[in-house]
This record gives sequence, C-alpha cells and structure tokens, in this order.
Amino acid sequence: MLAGTGSFSIPFDVPPYRLSGTVYGALLNHRSALAALADTVNQPPYNAPPHAPVLFIKPRNTLAPSGRIVRIPAGTAELEVGSSVGLVLGRTACKISEARAMDYVAGYLIVADVSVPQSSYHRPNIRLNARDGFCPLGAVTARASSASPESMTIRTYIDDGLVQTASTADLIRPAGRLLADVTDFMTLKPGDVLSLGAAGPAPRARSGQTITIAVDGLASLRIPFEGAA
Amino acid sequence: MMRARVAYAGAIHDASPADRDANPADERLRLADGRIVAAEEVVWLPPFDAGTVIALGLNYADHAKELALKHQEEPLVFLKGPGTLLGHRGVTRRPGVKFMHYECELAVIMGRPAKEVPRSRAFEHVAGYCIANDYAIRDYLENWYRPNLRVKNRDGCTVLGPWFIDAADVANPADLGLRTFVNGKLTQSGNTRDLIFDIPYLVEYLSSFMTLSPGDVILTGTPEGVINIAPGDVVACEIDGLGRLVNTIAADAEFGR
Repeated sequence: MLAGTGSFSIPFDVPPYRLSGTVYGALLNHRSALAALADTVNQPPYNAPPHAPVLFIKPRNTLAPSGRIVRIPAGTAELEVGSSVGLVLGRTACKISEARAMDYVAGYLIVADVSVPQSSYHRPNIRLNARDGFCPLGAVTARASSASPESMTIRTYIDDGLVQTASTADLIRPAGRLLADVTDFMTLKPGDVLSLGAAGPAPRARSGQTITIAVDGLASLRIPFEGAA
Repeated sequence: MMRARVAYAGAIHDASPADRDANPADERLRLADGRIVAAEEVVWLPPFDAGTVIALGLNYADHAKELALKHQEEPLVFLKGPGTLLGHRGVTRRPGVKFMHYECELAVIMGRPAKEVPRSRAFEHVAGYCIANDYAIRDYLENWYRPNLRVKNRDGCTVLGPWFIDAADVANPADLGLRTFVNGKLTQSGNTRDLIFDIPYLVEYLSSFMTLSPGDVILTGTPEGVINIAPGDVVACEIDGLGRLVNTIAADAEFGR
C-alpha cells in the first residue's frame, strides 16, 4: 500500500506509524527562539544558557487531531502556538548515534505546542500548557515520501495571513543531534513523537481565529480557537 | 485487594498474595491461572497500565525546606514519560554522577475520568494506591524547565509497586507513614498527613484544567531525608499498608556504558 504512492498522509492508527500517545518536544531549539531571550539567559533565574536540550511533555489529554477546536480559558485573551515538525519513531531508540539517528524515524508530523502565554522558562506551570486539546497533531507522513528534516520550511498562518516562516535548517540541534542527545538518557519507543522546536516569538491566536501550520510534503494542521465553552 | 503484574514462564500475569490472610509472612504469589510461585521467581512489573504520570515537587514542608524553596501558592507539578517506569525488584542505572537520590512517594491511581471534580468528590475518582520511588540526579539540574527531564525523566528511574492496592482497602490515605531504607538503614521517614497539597486538592486542581483518565497516576511528593546512593545499594521504600518496594542501583557498566 505504501510503495510508489509518493507523498501522502497516513492515518494515525496504521503501524508502524501508529502514535503511542507519548509526545516529547524541544524548546528553545530554534535559533530565533533562543535569540529572543537575548542576555536574559545569563541572568537569574537561569544564570547560564541551556546546556542539555530543554524538553517538555504533552500528556494524552492534550492530544487532538487537525480541526479540533482549542478552547481559550476564561480570563485569557489569546494563546501562544509553537509551530514545529515532529519526528515519529519507528524503532526503539536508546543511546543512538547522530549519524544513524534517522534510521529510527518512521515519519513526520506537524506539532503545535499550545500554551497560555508565560514569560518564564524556569518552572513551567502545566496549568498553562497541559490543558485539554493543547497539542494538536497533524497526520503522519512517511519518512520515505517527504523532504529531509534538515530543510523543512514551516509556515504559520492566522486565518489567511502568513505570520511566521521558519526553517528546520535553523535548529540549534538538528533532528539527528537532538535524537542522539535525548536518547542518551531516555529511550523512545515506536510511535513516540519528538517535536524539534518552534521558532520564536510564537504567534498568538484569539477566539474566532484559525491557525494553520503548513510544511511542504506534510499534512497541514488546522487549529480553530474559541472562547471557553 | 492487592494486585501485582508479573512476568513468569513466558507471559505476563495478574497476581495476588497466595495466602497472606492466613500468614502475613507468606510472600508467595498466586497467578491468575492458579499457579503458586515465589516472589523471587517472577519479574515484577509496574502493577497497572500507567497513563499520564503526574508528579509533585516539594509537596512536604520539610523537604521544601531541605531544598531551600519558598512556599508555593500553587502546586509544583511536572510530567513524566512511560520509559521511566520500572517494577519492584528492578535495577536502576546510576551514571557516573555526584548526587543521585531516591524519593519515596504515595502514588494515587485514577479509576474514573475526572474533569472539574470538586475536592468533596475527589476520592470517587481514585482507584487505588501504590508506592513510588522517583529517583533524581542532581548533577543534571539546569534552570530551564525544571525539573528538567535529564534529572527526572530517565529510563527506569520511577519505580512503582509492588502492589496496586484498592482504594477501599486504604482507610485513611492522609495518615500513612513513609520510610526509605538504604541497605537496611532507615534514611527517610515521613507521613502523608504532612502533604502541603492533599489528595482531594490535587484531584480538584489537576482536573480543573486537564481531564484525568483511568490509569493516570499522581506521585504526591516526598518528605525530607533524601541522600546520595551508590551502585550496589539496595533501596527499599515502605508505606503503611502498601508494602515494601525494593530497587537495586547499578553502575553504567551493567548497561554497556
């Protein structure tokens, strides 16, 4: 079924592209995101730039397909959306080398890291970023049929207006390096997702707006925002 | 009721104490298929299928003081992935670091979906309890997204078990003694009555913004008394009525590093 069909999206639940429900992501891994902090990185509470990858977890209650409405909590005007490409693991990856890292990747998908805006990266408050539906995921595209993760362009639109263009070429740790560093201390399993990192500053969406994230060769991700139900 | 999940003779089994009612010292297990086996004959797995793993930082006043943290108005909550989980009698890797410590914690396992649950109804959503030992490696602490995953989300560093204990069998989860022994010596002691944010508060708080599902588990934090441990150490965490969770520390070499 997969052979010779070129670029197309595979439903979530077809092995080996079936998602496990475990979603990890890197923050501050896009040069623009770290640059936005300027010299803050050397001041309290951080005191130094990040050494290891800065990682987050999106729990299962946050996972949502394209098109699902994201609810903006009462008292909040707008939500931040980090647009990123995610790797879908195809094999168990433990302490893998950068050179062989992509052998462990089955496919790609677009990941949106939605959060109530928060200025601090010190101790994340999961009340702001682990709310129901706060991790919309695009459909998975097989690795064989898509572009290299070293040079994907991620375009983010609010309604019909382009608001951000970012390239995975500007990642501090490219996909292979990130996989090597992450799997040095935590094993990733087939179907796990590792998001590579969004550019900064993150676009913000208000009630009634729709964010669309597009990457050539990947299924796009559409996220409508509405106020509290 | 006490339930375990174990691997034995080529399959994974549900298991219960063989005859503990008659003899509390009897550590044999009865598998669901009727076989009676010794505790050391099986591989103990985490006693339930864990969903989202939610952990509390600094939820005992004494431990917060130990780590010189000011009182928080809101719980310090972080998340953990499934690769961290390990069963009773397992082996946890200690890389070549200066300070790795255990954390004995009461784990609260959800049994029904929970969304916007008031504290008065929180226990209706709790299925049961187990012991957790949630290791941390202080060397890797950075001030970015604390506690960063390299400290707190390592393979095999969150031990659960030995038993899943039904909520109905725990008369008062707000008065349970916790103890950790390293090589038989008592190093940590506390009581769940000293939780800063208690179980009903945590269920109400968490379910106010995230839907909790059956199998989601809340690790409620650890009291003071965490000390550095070394390869070869045997770490045993006890909680009143929940049993004794044993783990052995191994060096990098055992893991091919």
